[in-house]
Amino acid sequence: MSEPRWIGQDVPRVDGVEKVTGAARYTADLKFPRMLHAHVVRSPHAHARVLDVRVEKALRVPGVRATATGREFPFHTGIYLKDQTIFATDRVRYWGDAVAAVAAETPEAAAEAAALVEVEYEPLPAIFEVDEGLQPGAPLVHPDLGHYECVPWVSPRAGTNVCNHVKVRKGDYEGALAACAHVFEHTFQVPQVQHVPLESHVAVARADLAGKVEVFTSAQSPFTVRHLLCACFSLPHGDVRVTVPAVGGGFGGKAGIGIEPVVVALAMKTRGRWVRLWIERAEEFYATVVRQGLTATLVSGVDRHGKVQAQKLHFLWNCGAYGGYGVNVVRAAGYTCGGAYEFPHVWGDSIGVYTNRPAGSAYRGFGMSEIHWALEQQMEMVAREMGIDPVEFRLRNCLGPGKSTVTGQVLDEHSGRVDRCITRVAEMLDLRPDRPRTPFHGAGMACAVKAPAMPNDASSSVVLKLAEDGVLEVLISGIDYGQGLKTVAAQFAAEAMDLPMESIRVRGNPDTDLSPYDWQTVASRQTWATGNAVLRAAEQLKTQLFAMAAQALGVPVSELECHNGSVVHPPSGRSLPITRLAMGYQFPDGHTIGGPVAAAASFVPEGLIFLDPETGQSPKPVAKWTFGAQALEVVVDPETGQYRVEKVAACYDVGKVVNPGMIHGQTYGGVMQGLGTGMMEELIVEKPSGRVANASLMDYKIPSTEDLPPEILVDYVETPQTDGPLGARGIGEHTMIPTAAALSNAIFDACGVRILEMPITAEKVLAGLKKQGSLGRCPGKTAASGSSAGDWGPGSGPDPGSGVRGPGSDLLPRSDVAGGEK
Amino acid sequence: MNQTISLRVNGLPETHEVPANQTLLQFLRETLDLTGAKEGCNEGECGACLVLLDGRAVNACLTLAVEADGREVTTIEGLGHAGDLHPLQAAFLKHAAVQCGFCTPGMIIAALGLLRDNPDPSEEDVRWAMSGNLCRCTGYRQIIDAVQEAAAAMRGDPAPEAAP
Ligand code: FES
Ligand code: FES
Repeated sequence: MSEPRWIGQDVPRVDGVEKVTGAARYTADLKFPRMLHAHVVRSPHAHARVLDVRVEKALRVPGVRATATGREFPFHTGIYLKDQTIFATDRVRYWGDAVAAVAAETPEAAAEAAALVEVEYEPLPAIFEVDEGLQPGAPLVHPDLGHYECVPWVSPRAGTNVCNHVKVRKGDYEGALAACAHVFEHTFQVPQVQHVPLESHVAVARADLAGKVEVFTSAQSPFTVRHLLCACFSLPHGDVRVTVPAVGGGFGGKAGIGIEPVVVALAMKTRGRWVRLWIERAEEFYATVVRQGLTATLVSGVDRHGKVQAQKLHFLWNCGAYGGYGVNVVRAAGYTCGGAYEFPHVWGDSIGVYTNRPAGSAYRGFGMSEIHWALEQQMEMVAREMGIDPVEFRLRNCLGPGKSTVTGQVLDEHSGRVDRCITRVAEMLDLRPDRPRTPFHGAGMACAVKAPAMPNDASSSVVLKLAEDGVLEVLISGIDYGQGLKTVAAQFAAEAMDLPMESIRVRGNPDTDLSPYDWQTVASRQTWATGNAVLRAAEQLKTQLFAMAAQALGVPVSELECHNGSVVHPPSGRSLPITRLAMGYQFPDGHTIGGPVAAAASFVPEGLIFLDPETGQSPKPVAKWTFGAQALEVVVDPETGQYRVEKVAACYDVGKVVNPGMIHGQTYGGVMQGLGTGMMEELIVEKPSGRVANASLMDYKIPSTEDLPPEILVDYVETPQTDGPLGARGIGEHTMIPTAAALSNAIFDACGVRILEMPITAEKVLAGLKKQGSLGRCPGKTAASGSSAGDWGPGSGPDPGSGVRGPGSDLLPRSDVAGGEK
Repeated sequence: MNQTISLRVNGLPETHEVPANQTLLQFLRETLDLTGAKEGCNEGECGACLVLLDGRAVNACLTLAVEADGREVTTIEGLGHAGDLHPLQAAFLKHAAVQCGFCTPGMIIAALGLLRDNPDPSEEDVRWAMSGNLCRCTGYRQIIDAVQEAAAAMRGDPAPEAAP
């Protein structure tokens, strides 16, 4: 292909004018006549049996139109594992679990009535941490786990709190570890965090008298919402219509299905009336899904050349009360457990554990930020213990063409190059081992890798059609919730058809009655999947145009091309503008051929093979990998433990940069979200009540302009993805994956304090400095480089709290991880 | 208890009966269907609801509608439109400072409030003035760049060549 005309250009966001003028309508901006307002009754217990729900008093509140309870709607939902009911039936599983809902003429009446719903509870012992959940005899969060419907590639263990367990067994871990000269073991913690989209969850629904259910919702996946609503309420797909207006951020929290069943249940009891449920900010924190917590124990066996030979990864995920979506985070963490590294011998376990906390789910990165928090610190600690420069250590151990992942997939030259990303960020921040040093200034790096975690048949389709004015309309059902999908789809369409940008109109904001199918907007898959579908549809569209033009011009089809809004015949220099063909071509005598031009095409990844359930091996478990690396510079105040991030460098192998301004936006945004989790974010769950103690933007801080580092440097490597549109691969989530780990590595480099538990608060750093005793100790250099740079500090970097173990010792391959109540 | 208020919204006179406890945000969004100002938290913590009240940026979620009686309110809808964008709106587009767009109206109003008082703000000034406006998408870099470029354009400085 010749130089692309539109791909790689700073095309302004096609939905930008509507967003900067306030014209864009989000779900809560839509007006519905006589709309009712919903309010959800939520559990005040972390774990309790529900003995009775009485709604009589609530129904007597003036303006109340309906209530809905689990007795009336005992239906299960969940994308991969149907472990949740719309409203509690026999038990509540976290503080905030939905028990019932009310619809009323005003929000005030709905809230008043909700408070009058009488629920009789019998409190049960609650569990909040994974180790509690795995104890023999632990209370079971889901005693019926063995009876839930679930996809075949998820393995819930009946009679335990384990909702999924993925095993990865590669090579001979035990044997290789025994032969290793050095063995290192550390345990890392990641708390639950909230997505905090600026727009909270909101959905509006009406069930009409003819049986049709219409839903407007702030969601990432209209077709999946429709499909799961149909499954939940036993409705045919033709009777459910889901429309997604503008969406104010999602980050995974609006993936799969969310609050829609609640509002549909109420709508079914108030036929003909629109009902809206708009989750308040506080509720958004505790009653919508969160990112899962993680406890990760890693054992690395390293040979004397600094090559990791044996790697154990033991991930315990705190899935919270429901794992319908989280089970797939557990799976993704399994097949990606080795991160960006080649480990010849691997023993990996990724285990999801139910607890009585808010429910975990998808979150930007889909488990990768969490496992990289562990793995990228582990690699840094190992390098320093071994006296090897951490950059060099990463290059020595990282994946690349010809190397094999933990599942045994052998990468090729099109799989992306993490080594180039590592080298690039090391240059951008000057991470040479002998760089000049300043006390309490430090730098650290982390790598990143992620694949789209999705069913093997996840697909996207598009429709292209020409309007009367010759403008190409692009119908997509991927959601543009900020990442820029509409603009990217326009760029691919303009590129393929060689049209000017003003001749493209993208129709997003899908309506499942009218729009082409798309599985979900998750997994950083849209540029790649929808981009491919657009290119394929464009080929079909050209076939139709060329067939007409060949007759009109009396030339062979094979000699026609599209050029700047016309079909041209280069040999003769003749051409026809697309406007003359859009509705069919009319000859001078009046007879007409062709017709309104339209084409549809789809994309589904090819050749994906399920993981072997016992060994986790697969030659191609996922469609593609995107690799990258980040490095950070920090300055620590030894008096207070406070620190500042001075500079960030990020580099990703994205295959092809489609839109520089927008990909920079993804990177800046991801870095800041990564810094949020690394520096300040943590959902605080009180025990034993299970109450979320920081459910407000006052108490749960996310980064503001004041937290933006002075400098963020961004670069990209472009190793084309074989099945990517013009070589492009996904990037949206990857931008936050390494940030927190790089931050922790930088803080260690600056002051010798190693923080294993996210987030890195000033208190933790100060406590570490105090424990360390001498505030001047600053192992900012590796042993290998210490002498050359020796201006200050001890100059050598073994982590003080490092869990070095003798060779051959064993962190048991836990065969059985949970007991049962009965 | 209802009260009658008369005010100017985006330059036009409006007279309405409002409940005494109705917020300015509810009044604008529900009564006037000006939905550009967003509700992100309803407690003064996110800035998505910012509007100008007599030229000063206020959280409409913390302001009562009756407090706007006799005053001048400017919302995002009062700035510009397709083909005639305000320099801040144009700069946000040029710098890719918009992602999901939910914070954008509040951001632009915050910037406008700042530039009225301080037409030539430093990056520090912009960061400080907009620190009450949360954005979960952009990471703020391009927003700050957009505000500074719009400030230059509004001062009449020659425009730089292209967005970085
Ligand atoms: S809605 Fe007013 S500050 Fe958040
Ligand atoms: S653009 Fe989404 S919150 Fe700012």
